[in-house]
Amino acid sequence: MSTRCAAALNAALAEALERWDETLLLGEDLADPYGGAFRITRGLSTRFPDRVLSSPISEAALFGVSAGLALRGRRPVLEIMFGDFITLGLDQVINHIAKFREMYDEQVRVPLVVRTPMGGRRGYGPTHSQCLEKLLVGIPGLTVVAGSEYHDLHRLLLAAIASDDPVFFIENKLLYSRFQQRGRDGRLGPFLWEEGDSTYPTVQLRAADRCSVSVVTWGGMAHLARQAAEQLAIEHETMIEVLILSRLAPVDLTPLLASVRRTGALVVAEEGTLTGGVGAEIVARVQHEAFSSLRGPARRVAARDAVIPAARHLEDAVLPQVEDITDACLAAAAGTEH
Amino acid sequence: MDWRERVAAEGSRGDRTGHFEREFYRGIYLIRRLEETLLELFAAGRLSGTTHTCLGQEANAVAVAFHLTDADVVVSNHRCHGHYLARTGDLEGLLAEIRGLERGLCSGKGGSQHLCAPNFYTNGIQGGIVPLATGMALAEKQRGSGAIVTVFIGDGTLGQGVVYESFNIAALWAAPLLVVVEANGWAQSTPTPRAMAGSMRQRLEAFGLPCGMVEGTDALEIHRAAGAAVGQVRETGRPAGLIIRTQRLGPHSKGDDSRSPEELETLRERDPLPRLAASLDPEQRRAIEAECERRLAAALTATEGPL
Repeated sequence: MSTRCAAALNAALAEALERWDETLLLGEDLADPYGGAFRITRGLSTRFPDRVLSSPISEAALFGVSAGLALRGRRPVLEIMFGDFITLGLDQVINHIAKFREMYDEQVRVPLVVRTPMGGRRGYGPTHSQCLEKLLVGIPGLTVVAGSEYHDLHRLLLAAIASDDPVFFIENKLLYSRFQQRGRDGRLGPFLWEEGDSTYPTVQLRAADRCSVSVVTWGGMAHLARQAAEQLAIEHETMIEVLILSRLAPVDLTPLLASVRRTGALVVAEEGTLTGGVGAEIVARVQHEAFSSLRGPARRVAARDAVIPAARHLEDAVLPQVEDITDACLAAAAGTEH
Repeated sequence: MDWRERVAAEGSRGDRTGHFEREFYRGIYLIRRLEETLLELFAAGRLSGTTHTCLGQEANAVAVAFHLTDADVVVSNHRCHGHYLARTGDLEGLLAEIRGLERGLCSGKGGSQHLCAPNFYTNGIQGGIVPLATGMALAEKQRGSGAIVTVFIGDGTLGQGVVYESFNIAALWAAPLLVVVEANGWAQSTPTPRAMAGSMRQRLEAFGLPCGMVEGTDALEIHRAAGAAVGQVRETGRPAGLIIRTQRLGPHSKGDDSRSPEELETLRERDPLPRLAASLDPEQRRAIEAECERRLAAALTATEGPL
C-alpha cells in the first residue's frame, strides 16, 4: 500500500465531513492554505468552509467549546497542534468531558475526538516533543487511541469520530510522512502478520512461529520495535513477537496475554518517560494475569525521566532507541534478573 | 405547572392585578425555603456531602427563567438550586438528587452541584462551564434551533482565564450566549475588591459583549433587565452579558461564613424578597407561602431515605 499516514488521516476527516453533517473540525491554523501545522486538514476548509474552523490560540476554551458542541448533538473533532499543549485543556478533559456521561447518569453522550500529534526525534525540544499519553490513560470515561503505520489509520480515525464517547486520538509526528504498512495474506515482509477484528485492533508482527519474547508497544515506537525484531532475528537469532496496540485505554490485553503465554517473556516499549508510564500499568496487569508464564521479570523501555533536549544528540540520549529494545529483549529472552 | 405557566393562565383569566408579582414571589419564596431547609438538614446531620445555597440571589434565577423558552439551554455552577427550580419547578427531583436517591436527577451520582435535566446542566468547576455554554450556543446556532444558551457565573469566577478565551470565541463566532454574572461581592471568603482589578463590565465589553447592569435589589427591576438581555441575544444571535449586583445572605457552603453580623445585616437590607412581599396583598401572600410550604413538606416526605 502506498498511502502516507498523513493522507490517510486527511481522507478520514474528509469522509467524516462528507458523511455526517454534524461533524466539524476545530483547531488552530486549520484553514487553507495552511491546512494545520502538520497539514492534516489541508483542503478541508475549502471543501467545507462552514465546518472547518481556525480558532484563536485558546486550547482551554477549545476543549470546552468542543464539549459543548458535542453535548448538543454536534460531532466535533478538535486538533491540538502539539500534544504538549493538552495540558492547557486538562480541566475540561478530567472534570467535564470524561465525567459528563456517568456523572449525569447516562442522560448525555460526548461524541468528541481530540486529535493531537505527540513524540520527539525532530529536535523540537522540551515542550514540543513529549509523549504525554500517560496523563490520559488513567482518566475514567476517556478512550485513548494511538495508531501507528501498521493500523488502518483511515478506519481507526473514522471509528473514533463515529464513537458517541470522547476519544483522544494520538498521532506520532513521525507517522505523518511514513507509508501505511499493512499485512497481506498473513504476512508483512519477513513477519507473520495478524490483526484483531475489533474496532481498535492490536497488530501482531511475529518473526517466527515460535518466539521467545513478547514486545508490546504503540504509536511511534512500533517502527523501532520492528527494526529491533529484524536485528534480533538476523544478528542474534532471537525471534520476537511485536504487539502494536491501537487503544491504550480502556486497554484490551487479550492478545498480549496470549502472546506472553507463548513466549514467557515481556518487554514494554514506550516513548514517554519511564516513571508512572503506561508500561507500568501493562506490566502490573500482565503479571497479575500471567505470572506463572513469565520466565523472568518484565522489562520496560522508555524515555529517561528528563526533559527532551533540543539538540539531536542530546535528544537521542533521552529517548528510547532500537538498541534499548534489543538489549531488553536479549535480557528477557535469557530470563536473567538484569 | 411551573410559575411561568401560572402567570400565563392567571393572566388569561383576566385577573391581572398583581398576578405577576405574586407568581414572581412564589418562585423566589420556594427557592428560599428549599435552601433554608437544606442548611437545616445539614445542621441536623441529615444530609451528607456539601451544598452551596443561593439565599438572597433567588430573584436572579426566577427573573432570567421567566424570559426563556423550553428550547433554551441553561448552564449553571455550584450554586445552582435556584436556577434549576426556576427553570423546571422540579422540587422533588432536586431533593432526591441531593439526598442521594436512585430517582434523583442523576441517580445521586451528581449531588448538589452536578445536575442534569433536559436543556439544563451544571458543574462544580469554576469557569469551565463558560466554554461549554459557548459550544452549546454554537451548536444551537448550527442546528438553527433558535434557542439561546444562558450561563450563570459569579464574580469570583471572573478570576478564571478560560472565561475570557470563551468571551472571545463567543463573540468571534457569534454564539447566541447570555452570560449572567451574579456579582455577590464574595469569592468564597475573599471580597471581590481583593480578587478583581479594573471594571467587571469592561471585561465583557472589551470582547464586544454588550453588558446590562442591575444595581438595585428590586425583583421587578432584575426581571426587566433580564428581559432586555435575553431579548438582545435572541434578536442579534450574538453574545451579551448581564451583571446583577446581588447578595449572598448565607455561607459560601454550609457553615463557613466569616463575615461580621453587621455586614450580613447590611446585606439583608438589600434582600429583594421582603420588599416584594410587602408589595403583595397579605392574604394572598400567606396563601402563596402556605402552598410553597406544603410543596416542600410533600417533597421532603417523598424523598425520605438514607443520608
